[in-house]
Amino acid sequence: MADFLQLIISGTATGAIYALCALGFTLLWQASGTINFAQGEFVMLPAFVMLFFINTAGLPLWLAFLLTCLVAMLLLGYTFKRVIVDPLIRHGVIPMVIATLGLSIGVKQLTKAGVTAQAMPFSSPFPDGLLALGDFKVSYADIGTLLMAGLIVIGLQLFLNRTVTGRAMQAVAQNTDAAKVLGINVQRMVLYVFLINAVLAVVAALLVTPTYLAKFDMGESIGLKAFYAAIIGGFNQTRGALLGGVLVGVLENLTGAYISPAYKEGVALLLFLVVIIFRPEGLLGKAEERKV
Amino acid sequence: MKQVLRNTAAAFALAAATAAFGQQGPVQIVGLMELSGTGATAGTNFDNGVKLAVKEINAAGGILGRKIEYTSMDTQSAPQTAKALAQKAVDQGAYVVMGPVFSGSFIVSMAETKRAEIPNFTGGEAANITQQGNPYVFRTSFTQSTAMPKLARYIKDTVKAKSVAMVWVNNDFGKGGRDSMSKALEAQGIKVAADISTDPGQVDFSAAVLKVKQSNADAVFVYTNEEESARALRELKKQGYDKPIIGETTLTGQKVIELAGDAANGAIAHVGLTVDAPQPGIKAFDEKFQKEYKYKSDHNGMKGYTGMYVVKAITERIKKFDGKEFAKTLHGATIKVKDYPGVLLDVHFDNNGDLDRESFLVKVEKGKQVVTATLPPVSPIQ
Repeated sequence: MADFLQLIISGTATGAIYALCALGFTLLWQASGTINFAQGEFVMLPAFVMLFFINTAGLPLWLAFLLTCLVAMLLLGYTFKRVIVDPLIRHGVIPMVIATLGLSIGVKQLTKAGVTAQAMPFSSPFPDGLLALGDFKVSYADIGTLLMAGLIVIGLQLFLNRTVTGRAMQAVAQNTDAAKVLGINVQRMVLYVFLINAVLAVVAALLVTPTYLAKFDMGESIGLKAFYAAIIGGFNQTRGALLGGVLVGVLENLTGAYISPAYKEGVALLLFLVVIIFRPEGLLGKAEERKV
Repeated sequence: MKQVLRNTAAAFALAAATAAFGQQGPVQIVGLMELSGTGATAGTNFDNGVKLAVKEINAAGGILGRKIEYTSMDTQSAPQTAKALAQKAVDQGAYVVMGPVFSGSFIVSMAETKRAEIPNFTGGEAANITQQGNPYVFRTSFTQSTAMPKLARYIKDTVKAKSVAMVWVNNDFGKGGRDSMSKALEAQGIKVAADISTDPGQVDFSAAVLKVKQSNADAVFVYTNEEESARALRELKKQGYDKPIIGETTLTGQKVIELAGDAANGAIAHVGLTVDAPQPGIKAFDEKFQKEYKYKSDHNGMKGYTGMYVVKAITERIKKFDGKEFAKTLHGATIKVKDYPGVLLDVHFDNNGDLDRESFLVKVEKGKQVVTATLPPVSPIQ
């Protein structure tokens, strides 16, 4: 039983990281119809920026994290929107998908050639050690990850539901034309979503890099799993992204422990296929109809 | 007619002169290295080791008066790329090919160098590399079937473990290691309590470590590549694993220690080569490597370095650049440190291309490899 609980907790912690990235997918989709297949690289880049601030500038981790949030908002938020999304989005989803796939490959290759092809260590923001309650043991890293991801998610939900700006952003997501009629600055709200996505990516980088290690291709796995998680939960629902992320994380852990670690990596894909076949809108998603 | 004959003679003379000049030009040695992908750590280190040796050899006048021209090509850790690059190395007229380091890539690429009768050195440890009757294959490290019995004996006699959980990477290197270790453990009467396969490039080891804990084995044997070893060590520490963590070479490599941080402390491994060995020649290599590349070499750097000095030693022994003769001479050859300090340890090659030399047991303490014992070669080197 203690093992089972431990698996659930550590799976939820991993799933919470997937959920942060998946949240970025759903937010961008709702606000601007963008599917960002470079989401994994949006996690990888901040990891290297933080390492630069820590190793080269000698800054402490928390300061490096805050500065990286600013850099990410500028590069992965504002610049990404202005340079790639704005010119392409009017041509539909397919050019965006191709562009972000290209961006993903380009960023990876640039990092490999310009920084390093080798993995680099990254310190955990949480202390080492285990919290033991009888037979049940859980690492401080898992507790810290859960708390931090949880706080971010709750804070984001409160921001979206309880503030004027958050509600305006939701209005834009639900009906852009109606939001315009109501006098909401749509472009600004969309920009906010891109900035939030950039910060979520930095948080995911902070939480996942101590385990994954900083490497040019570290985003491949997390980007793919976050995409699966977003589809599983419902691409047009932020709550769906959370559910999808946690579901993938926990099921991966249970499969790895009770069936075989060899099957662990296939869990997200299997779940994704089942959902796509039987409930294409996702577990919590709403069916959308589009004019042809 | 006279004009035609004159032109033909001139052309022959030019060709002969070119050939003669070519003989005195640099010797082509090509490296097929994992400079990116999952093997980037191993390949980069091996490559740097070769380059350092080439620099020293060229500074001392080259081999038989000819300089070495070394070019390394990136296999991207992919067997098919390695095979294509091996063909390219053949087309370039390589005298010797170094690498790939990854067993899986080497097994695929070595057919090309064999066809062209070019000696090919590898850092790969998979036992089956030298079991296929390829006379042009030579190792720069122990084969798994030599290393694992030494380690199994240590697990029985020193660790006194009666059962072991095995975590291995599902590629040629890992499968070969797992098979050799299973046999070696069985021979020592040690039970394999859990047999856990992991993927190359795997990032999350939580389930694998939980399986290890559930097996309740007396120790865990981790046999994965560098980055995965570091991730496994981090996860073992995260989950509070407190039994002996044992590996073969990679587990306690410099890069693994760097990546795993504190989590590497306490890990034990049998290593064929380590810069922390007490031999003065190895200390000197460590200093030179650090001066050149600003980091500490792992065993792969030493493999590349010693491999290149083996090329020098054998070429000087046969007094010509002849791949076929080279391969013939290296089988059964012994190269001693007193004659060629670059080989770092006295080494003997058998007829399969496997090597034998001293090896070490190391433990990671405070982020450093500490040699706890020096093990003799399987057969005394005469």
